[in-house]
Amino acid sequence: MGMTMTQKILAAHAGLEKVEAGQLINARLDEVLGNDITTPVAVNEFEKAGFDSVFDNTRINIVLDHFVPNKDIKAAQQSKQCRDFANKYGIVNFFDVGEMGIEHALLPEKGIVTAGDCIIGADSHTCTYGAVGAFSTGVGSTDMAAGMATGQCWFKVPAAIRIVLTGKLQPMVSGKDLILHIIGKIGVDGALYKSMEFSGPGVASLSMDDRLSVCNMAIEAGAKNGIFPVDDTTVAYLTGRSQRPWTVYEADEDAVYDQTIEINLDELEPTVSWPHLPENTKPASAGADVKIDQVVIGSCTNGRLEDMEAAWKILKGKHIAKGIRAIIIPATMAIYRECLVRGWTTDLIDAGCVVSTPTCGPCLGGYMGILAEGERCVSTTNRNFVGRMGHVKSEVYLASPATAAASALTGYITDPRTV
Amino acid sequence: MEATGFVHKYPDNVDTDVIIPARYLNTPNAKELAAHCMEDIDPEFINKVKEGDIMVGGANFGCGSSREHAPLAIKTAGISCVIAATFARIFYRNSINIGLPILECPAASAAIQAGDEVKVDFDTGVITDITTGETFQAQPFPPFIQNIIRDGGLMSSIKK
Repeated sequence: MGMTMTQKILAAHAGLEKVEAGQLINARLDEVLGNDITTPVAVNEFEKAGFDSVFDNTRINIVLDHFVPNKDIKAAQQSKQCRDFANKYGIVNFFDVGEMGIEHALLPEKGIVTAGDCIIGADSHTCTYGAVGAFSTGVGSTDMAAGMATGQCWFKVPAAIRIVLTGKLQPMVSGKDLILHIIGKIGVDGALYKSMEFSGPGVASLSMDDRLSVCNMAIEAGAKNGIFPVDDTTVAYLTGRSQRPWTVYEADEDAVYDQTIEINLDELEPTVSWPHLPENTKPASAGADVKIDQVVIGSCTNGRLEDMEAAWKILKGKHIAKGIRAIIIPATMAIYRECLVRGWTTDLIDAGCVVSTPTCGPCLGGYMGILAEGERCVSTTNRNFVGRMGHVKSEVYLASPATAAASALTGYITDPRTV
Repeated sequence: MEATGFVHKYPDNVDTDVIIPARYLNTPNAKELAAHCMEDIDPEFINKVKEGDIMVGGANFGCGSSREHAPLAIKTAGISCVIAATFARIFYRNSINIGLPILECPAASAAIQAGDEVKVDFDTGVITDITTGETFQAQPFPPFIQNIIRDGGLMSSIKK
């Protein structure tokens, strides 16, 4: 019985020849991550336990992204606690305002995470890095504290769901539509405790930004991780970027999967998740009667350059509908700068949008776009739970950047192929 | 080890955003967090909850954000144990790591009603609904995880 790609990475990091689903292991970590919300809790645990050194100050990443530039005094205190800890222990990858980005856009962009890595992050969307062929999963703050102290983490080896992609992504259909479609198909606990392993000839049509978006939302089906095979697209992305040499792991021919799902990308449509669960998916075309108040384009799911380009292509030379607030948030300073250099920012502002520096802000109802009672938002973020973006009686509709931009133009949920 | 208390019952897919909304995550202070526990799904919870009470959820309890603030708020609010049909994986490991007892038991999750008095024996995994007289057997933790719990959480465990 062979191993899945995830199982091979875990076995190698646990120093074992072989692991199987359900086995409990201790694995060596390549990178440990936290943000301005989860790191303070981790620092408290680290200090309470009496640790006075970190396992490797080059392998710990602290990114201030959720509530920065600081949204209030308490948030400022949390940022300061992160900053003080980073200074005290000489954390090399500490990213403050000016050089920060949304963590899951920033770490791949900087080549900090690479193929074959074993990574934990005190943020549920840490599963994003499966896009570059890493095992990467979200944990809590105490796991982060233990990881910073020891460089290790305990895992239950996951079983896997294989998702075989055929065909290719069609115009105006993106990785976001694919992952929303999958979550709609299997449900928000459809991959609970499992790996989501992607394969098949359709993988080649997914850009790295598409793959990052897909793996980012694996957690929204309950998955432990999402992972793509390392192919030409991965190698092209990592070359000249990866800060460390990488290792390519491939699933065995006889790897065991609990379930295999086949998806023909040719048939995929622009897809939207209705409130209040990501599994409530319908085609965007079903939303023509849903009047909206706000659009958010950004986040760790969809704040990358291709996402900005998709929005720009639809909005340039036009104007958003009256009464709509459109908030665009490039996910890193490099993406923010590139949007300026290419003139996209000017076009987006002329179209009636606001463009913010990187922050997670509105996605989790932090700041920069909170919804009032009864308001509706089409958002390229990852969660539409009750109260996620503001008032408990507000509504979030999850969509791709193209669908969100098209909806901003009309004021209703809109299939981007129709504008 | 045992716990006995009255039940607060919730549906499937309770997410960590409703357990502790992100607007309150500008502090790591457990008492401040607990004051807003369950606010967006059950605003009366924090007024009703008594020390030792038990929380019962459906499938995929604690899904969504990795915020450890969620089990921390539940524990600090006075809840002695969470029983659910299944737990989302990050909530599951966070609870073990911080010493909030949790039990997976689909039958108990389905049968136990809000307000029932329930007793939980953590050593055997037996859950007794004192109000109805029904008993249920939860999945026991593997020894590896029992050790973490016995040591008082992950940090104490790795210190050893």
